[in-house]
Amino acid sequence: MSDDHVYLSLAGIGDGSGHGSGTEGVDGDARWAFGTGFTDPLHGVATTLSEGVDGRALAACCTALGDDALVSAQRLAQWCTRAPELEEEVALANIGLDLLGQARLLYSRAGQADGSGRGEDAYAYFRDADEFRSVRLAELPGGDFAFCVGRLLVQSAWRLAQFEQLTGCADPVLAAVAAKGVKELAYHRQYAAEWVVRLGDGTEESHRRMQGAWDELAPWLGELYEDGVAESFGVSPRSVAEATRAVLAQVAVAAGLTDSPAAPVPGSGRAGDRTEHLEPLLAELQVVARAHPEGTW
Amino acid sequence: MTGTGTMAGTVSAERVAAEVVDPELPMLTLAELGVLRAVETGTDGSVTATLTPTYSGCPAMAEMRADLAARLESAGFADVRIVTVLDPPWTTDWISDEGRRKLTEHGIAPPGPAPRHAGGGPLPLVLSPTRRVVPCPYCGSADTEETSRFGATSCRALRRCRSCLEPYEQVKEI
Repeated sequence: MSDDHVYLSLAGIGDGSGHGSGTEGVDGDARWAFGTGFTDPLHGVATTLSEGVDGRALAACCTALGDDALVSAQRLAQWCTRAPELEEEVALANIGLDLLGQARLLYSRAGQADGSGRGEDAYAYFRDADEFRSVRLAELPGGDFAFCVGRLLVQSAWRLAQFEQLTGCADPVLAAVAAKGVKELAYHRQYAAEWVVRLGDGTEESHRRMQGAWDELAPWLGELYEDGVAESFGVSPRSVAEATRAVLAQVAVAAGLTDSPAAPVPGSGRAGDRTEHLEPLLAELQVVARAHPEGTW
Repeated sequence: MTGTGTMAGTVSAERVAAEVVDPELPMLTLAELGVLRAVETGTDGSVTATLTPTYSGCPAMAEMRADLAARLESAGFADVRIVTVLDPPWTTDWISDEGRRKLTEHGIAPPGPAPRHAGGGPLPLVLSPTRRVVPCPYCGSADTEETSRFGATSCRALRRCRSCLEPYEQVKEI
C-alpha cells in the first residue's frame, strides 16, 4: 500500500499523479473522511532487513505479537457499552486502540520480513483461527470486570517485559515498535494494577470476584512463561517470566489476593492450539472485510 | 489551479510545513506538537517531511500525512515525500513552549516532564498514590484531581478542578 488509499482519493489529494489540486481539502473537506486511514502504518519506513536477521523468524515473531495485540484489542472493544462506568469504557477502548496500533505495525513488518509483501489486512482479516499464533489467554471470553482487569494486568505486565527486551533487538523496526509500545504498556499495566488492587482490597463482594478472576487466570499463565517466540531476538523467556511474576506478586500482596496452585492447561496458542472462543471472535472481526474483500471505506 | 514553482522559490518548505495543524488538537501545529521531525529540501527541489506518531494506534497519522503533503503541494512543491519514523519514540517533552501555552489557552493542561526510566532492570510498577500538581487551565488552582487517565484520545487524561469545578483535559506525560 502507499499513500493512494481511499482517504486521500476522497480528499482529492496526493493520488499519486502529482496533482496538488486539493487545496480546499486542506482546510475543509479533507477532514470529513477522518478515521478511515487504511494506510500502511509503516509508510515511508525503511523496509529492508538487516544482515543476519532471519526473515522467517522475524515474521513469526511479529505475527505472534501482533496476534496477541489484535485479539486482545477485540476483547477490549467488546466492553464498549458494557463497562461499569463511561470512564472505564473509554479507558478500555483507548488501551485497545494502542494494541491495535501495535498490531498494525507488527503485521506490516511481518509482511516485509517474510517476503510475501502482504499488508496488515491480510494478517488481520484473511487468516483463519488455526493460523493465529496468539496466546490462548487473549481469546478467553470477556468475563466480568474483575476478569477483564486481571487479564489486562497479566497481559500488559508480560508484554511490557517482552517489549523492554525487544528494544535492543537486531531488527530496527521491531525495536522501534517495542520502544514505542513500552510507554503505552506501562500505562495499561498501571491502569489494570490499580483496578485489581481496588477490587481485591475493596468490599467483600469485589474481593470475591477479584479472587475468582485471579484463580481463573492462573492455569493460563504457564503458556506465557514458556513462550520463546522472541527468543532469537534477544528476549529471554525466563527473565520475562520472572519480571511478570514479580509484578503479579506485588499486585497480589497489595490487593490481598492469594495464589492457589493451578495445573497449566496443556498446549500452546503459539503452536496453533486454540480454544473454541477464537473462531467466533474472528468471525465478528473479519465478517465485513471478507464480505467485501475489495471494499474501501 | 496549476502547480507553479514561484511560491516554492519564496517560501521555504519548512515554513509551509510548520503551519500545518494537528487534526486532533487544531490549536497546535504539527511542529509545536513535536511530531514534525524534519523537513528537507533536496537540490532537485524535492521535499522530504518526516513525521512520527504520538501513539502506535494514533488514527490521525494518515490525515497528518495527507494534510502535510497537500499543503506543500499547493505551495508549489511538486515532489513531496512524507516519511514516517518510529525511533526515537515521540515524547510529550517535545511539545514546544509555545505549544504548551496554546494548550493552556484552550483549556487543556499541558503535560509535565515525561517519566524517565534510568536504564537497567524492568520498569517498576508504583502502586502508592502519586501526587502531581496539574494546575487548572481555567482558574490556575492547584487543587485538581484526575478523573480518568484515558480521555477522548490516547494522549489525553480527564481531570476536574476542585476550586472552579470545571472538568478539563490534560495531555498526559509519555
